[in-house]
Amino acid sequence: MINNTPYLREDFHEARWDEPMIYELSTPGSRGILVPEIEPEIEAAVGDVAGALPDSIKRKSSLDLPEVAQKQVLAHYVHLSQEAMGSNISNDMSEGTCTMKYNPRLGEQVCLLDDFAHIHPDQDVDTMQGVLQVEYEFEQIMKEVSGMDRFSFQPGGGNHAVWVAASVMRKYHADRGDHQRDTTITTIFSHPCDCAAPHTAGYNTIDIYPDEKGIPDFEALKAAVESLGDRLAGMYMTNPEDIGIYNPNCDKVVDLIHSAGGLVHYDQANANAFLGVARARETGVDMVHFNVHKTFGTPHGGEGPACGAFGCRDFLAKYLPVPTVEFDGSKYWLDWDRPDSFGKVRGYFGTAGIILRAYTWTMMHGADGLRMCANISVLNNNYLEKLFLSIPGLSRCFDDNGIIRQEQVRFTWEELNKETGVGVEAINLRAGDYCIPWFWFSHHPWVIPEPMTIEPCETYSKTDCEEYYMVLKRVAEEARTNPEIVLSAPHKQSGHALANPEDLDNPDKWALSWKAFLRKHGASAAKIKENAIAEDLAKLTAKK
Amino acid sequence: MTAEPGQQLLLARLTAGEGKKSTVKDVHFLAKKIGVIVNPIAGMGGRVGLKGSDGAEILAKCIELGAKPESPNKAIVALSQLKNLADADFEIFTYPKEMGEDEVKAAGFEPVVLGEIDSGKTTPEDTVRAAKDLLAQGVDIIFFAGGDGTARNVLDAIGEEVPVLGIPAGCKIHSAVYAVNPKTAGNLMVEYLQGKVRDVKECEVMDIDEDAFREGRLNARLYGYMKVPNEKRMVQNLKSGRGFGEEAALDVVSRYLAHNLDPDTLYIMGPGSTIRAVLNKMELENTLLGVDLVYNNKLVANDVNEDEILKHMEQYDRYKIVITVIGGQGYLFGRGNQQISPRVIRKAGLENIMVVATKNKMYSLFGQSLLVDTGDEELNEELVGYTKVLVGYGQSVMFKVTS
Repeated sequence: MINNTPYLREDFHEARWDEPMIYELSTPGSRGILVPEIEPEIEAAVGDVAGALPDSIKRKSSLDLPEVAQKQVLAHYVHLSQEAMGSNISNDMSEGTCTMKYNPRLGEQVCLLDDFAHIHPDQDVDTMQGVLQVEYEFEQIMKEVSGMDRFSFQPGGGNHAVWVAASVMRKYHADRGDHQRDTTITTIFSHPCDCAAPHTAGYNTIDIYPDEKGIPDFEALKAAVESLGDRLAGMYMTNPEDIGIYNPNCDKVVDLIHSAGGLVHYDQANANAFLGVARARETGVDMVHFNVHKTFGTPHGGEGPACGAFGCRDFLAKYLPVPTVEFDGSKYWLDWDRPDSFGKVRGYFGTAGIILRAYTWTMMHGADGLRMCANISVLNNNYLEKLFLSIPGLSRCFDDNGIIRQEQVRFTWEELNKETGVGVEAINLRAGDYCIPWFWFSHHPWVIPEPMTIEPCETYSKTDCEEYYMVLKRVAEEARTNPEIVLSAPHKQSGHALANPEDLDNPDKWALSWKAFLRKHGASAAKIKENAIAEDLAKLTAKK
Repeated sequence: MTAEPGQQLLLARLTAGEGKKSTVKDVHFLAKKIGVIVNPIAGMGGRVGLKGSDGAEILAKCIELGAKPESPNKAIVALSQLKNLADADFEIFTYPKEMGEDEVKAAGFEPVVLGEIDSGKTTPEDTVRAAKDLLAQGVDIIFFAGGDGTARNVLDAIGEEVPVLGIPAGCKIHSAVYAVNPKTAGNLMVEYLQGKVRDVKECEVMDIDEDAFREGRLNARLYGYMKVPNEKRMVQNLKSGRGFGEEAALDVVSRYLAHNLDPDTLYIMGPGSTIRAVLNKMELENTLLGVDLVYNNKLVANDVNEDEILKHMEQYDRYKIVITVIGGQGYLFGRGNQQISPRVIRKAGLENIMVVATKNKMYSLFGQSLLVDTGDEELNEELVGYTKVLVGYGQSVMFKVTS
């Protein structure tokens, strides 16, 4: 292979370490780090530290942590990292709608700088002017990118930002005496949080289905607004929607909602297609949010810290969560004295490490660079789409609606499925056998049959796109010539197919922590094994 | 940490499989006995334009017109999918000859054959008897091929005692107990037997009056419900992925409505399992297939007809009609709830119609619209447009309505 020619990794095999959980490696008494004993002089000076602690903050039970030596810990995590397809925390064009672009290493280095890594948000603001400066300046950048007047970086992710929008919305209506405005509207192809988060914040919700072109049915929206009257609080609009289709009626939507007294929130979590090209303000919306991991090159939260940058217009700024970061020309400070704020949504002033990474990413690119990211995202996607649509059996949803896709496409394997009986879940698992991280199907509701959503964004090269295409083409061929190999995938990966997918719906089955796993499965698993051993023993005895 | 939980975990890992073949048999429910019924004459009326084959005379006419049996081949397509169950341990029980035995054998399996039939002259009573015999045999699920008439016969015999799955082979498929096509039916059965699909949901058994239909009148009735495996993509048009289980979906929407009924208002509660769930939440006696009346959380009357509804309405000032979406085609009016007639709708006022359904039901209708067929063209036209459908706890969708 020369000149980075794309090729199919026929001989790929992912590392598979059959690695136990870290807790299973635990040996009581084993230690990785020995904490030094307190020196007698210190003990004499400070007395009994543990005894001085109030009872209310003392643990009642022992700390149940895995007890493992350094060598085993290091080997454990090296093994796990080798079972990740060489990816950078699951970022790949496979994550359509979520845009997991490359996270430059520079962002990690900046976060490790002593001046940042060693400060604590409880410090006096005079001693962390740099952090506040980054937040303040990133706010100016986001204002420029969106056209909004103020931002808050406190929401810990996109869903949280949508919840903040609902809280701002309620405060705004309450201030005007409009307490009866209890319902928000969104569309089924918006991210599910655009329905779920306002609902969690106490609103009733109405979802709009798409019309035959796949864009939100404007007549249905009109009917919803009319039926609500003065109970309409606002609208959560996404553009492009989850299926990659742009809504040409944005301005009409905004006018309609405003004329009925509602506010409009623009979910532009993913802004890759229009960064530096179009601004939210020009659509007339009142509020926006960006997921910085989708657009500004930061790691995906993955249940951990992220940032949903929430922006709004002047007339809503007074309702923002406290504190805001302010600058008086010589000094940065935190403004807690905001009587109209709806409250506090997160500790301190946002996830500083994520904001610093996003700031770094944006400053690296500059204004021209941001626009170039959008251009390349769209170019990559259009190239990939052309390649994909040449694969027999693969097409895109609402294929003939005449709307050009921008940065992502929701494809459908329906045709291949009808022809071969091989569905998208099997295709996905088999693609992994050629070193393609499992791709994203669809958010719920899964109404597009056999869906696949791919978004190459600006990170991926022409060769990356071509390799991806070659893999899918091969798997589609296999579905016709050797369906069994696709249906029984994966064969060459560390991951495996879910034995009982329905268990994901059953809270008695899934476990997100070690303790939950033990609680839910420990005893029953032991019982099963006991029975199996008893059965085997019985057989052995019978043979004798 | 103590050794005990660690050991337990190790055992859990050993038994969980983690991609390897488990050495321990699955502990979850695994269906083993399948009952198969084929209505061999289902679908014969369709090709010759007779709109159904129920009734001896009509069947004779079908044959006279050259109709060929459609159902056996469709059953074989569905049953052949069971070959995908490589090492699964299952037994098939069925009825003789064309009522199952022939099809099961053609698909490559050796069934246990029950009962007797008069080959070439099977009747609906044979289907009823077959279903009862299979139930007595203790089958875990009944896999039947036919149309709406066949579904009614199975319903008459077994009700909701065991789950069923329909292989669509008849002319009329208004009932939601059928898969989209025979192959999908087979695949779903495989997943059910493998234990991958364990959730079941109640699906409508509907039928139209064939005599009326041949005369150009469509008069559909809701006959009842049967339990069907709930793979959220395979039954009818249900294409949605992992969502709510059917039970949870029904729970949230019925809970909301039960908690939010307006006071001093006569509620005309239409038929269907969604509305039954609401009345169950309110601990009110109710009829699954009938219209029940409720006022200030108290039952006024059960199973009322049009005249009775109108008579009761005279005693109240405010009314609301609560209906659900009926059948795989998505009917609001005119299928199974004819008691709520044009006169009742007019008297209550169109603005007082409330539609309630589960989210899954609405997803299954993606790309379609809701239908109205009240029998009054003018009223149908007025109902056309958009309607709000309550689908969750304070969650609704807007849906298009056509006639």
